[in-house]
Amino acid sequence: MESIRIEKTRKTPDITFNAETGILQIEGKSIPENSIEFYKPLVDWLEEYGKTPKETTEVNIKLEYFNTSSSKCILDVFKKLETIYKENNKVIINWYYEEDDEDMLEAGEDYQSILKIPFKMIEMEE
Amino acid sequence: MSFDLLKWYKKSTEGKILYSFLGSVTEDIITSILDKVEVVLKAENTDTKTFKKTYHISVEALQNLYHHSDSPNKKGNTIENNVVFIIKKNEDPEKTNYQLNIITGNFINKSNTRLLKERIDQLNFLNKEEIKTLYKLILNNDEFSEKGGGGLGMIDLVKRSGNNLTYNFYNFNSNYIFFTLRIAI
Repeated sequence: MESIRIEKTRKTPDITFNAETGILQIEGKSIPENSIEFYKPLVDWLEEYGKTPKETTEVNIKLEYFNTSSSKCILDVFKKLETIYKENNKVIINWYYEEDDEDMLEAGEDYQSILKIPFKMIEMEE
Repeated sequence: MSFDLLKWYKKSTEGKILYSFLGSVTEDIITSILDKVEVVLKAENTDTKTFKKTYHISVEALQNLYHHSDSPNKKGNTIENNVVFIIKKNEDPEKTNYQLNIITGNFINKSNTRLLKERIDQLNFLNKEEIKTLYKLILNNDEFSEKGGGGLGMIDLVKRSGNNLTYNFYNFNSNYIFFTLRIAI
């Protein structure tokens, strides 16, 4: 299966979905006007990856900003990961937030409360 | 009397203006406005927390303008294509407990006025916990509107600012209303 590598832009995050290692990373800003267009390939990829996932899937989310339309798409990404987790695979979600960024911590906690999958909240020092 | 956009814009941009925009918006224009917002907030030495809040609210407010303005022809150079986006500094932060105001304005169809008013009144009525609960409910409802929005734009402004939204509807002509919104940060 092919990995996904997308360079960041001023409105979309840097994406690395590595099919070999099972390490998935979303990093940067996610504020596109059309979030569905950006996230659909990622959700589709996870659907495919979920058929034969790695023993451990590690997900690193380091978002600086995201808009509300991205927030729904990110939830779709998490729901695919939740399915993989429910099928007795190991899935680790690391939710990074900058020191004192309470809103970003709260956003992670909101996702955690909707999903049945453990999150690790990691504060980054500035 | 019909609404005079230029007059309103002139009056709204009195005082300590950090940034102001009047015109039509495209995706690229939003990107360049956001770049400028970053620059002016940094130049003001805004603390990190206010900076992030203001940037976030600017993103959402601008994308609300982009997705929800009603105009007869989006590409045309008509007055109804104009939107307003202003960041204003509070001149008396001691007296009124906020630092900045974001003011937006856009034309909407008259028929959408009631629904919009009811929606904002409802959000203003809810307390912080209720806003959070509603936000999570909408986040998890799997719905996207035909405009590509997730239905969270307006509620996000309340949630992030922690303040009620102030709004106004000005009669423009038989079809259009100019809708203004003020978000205190």
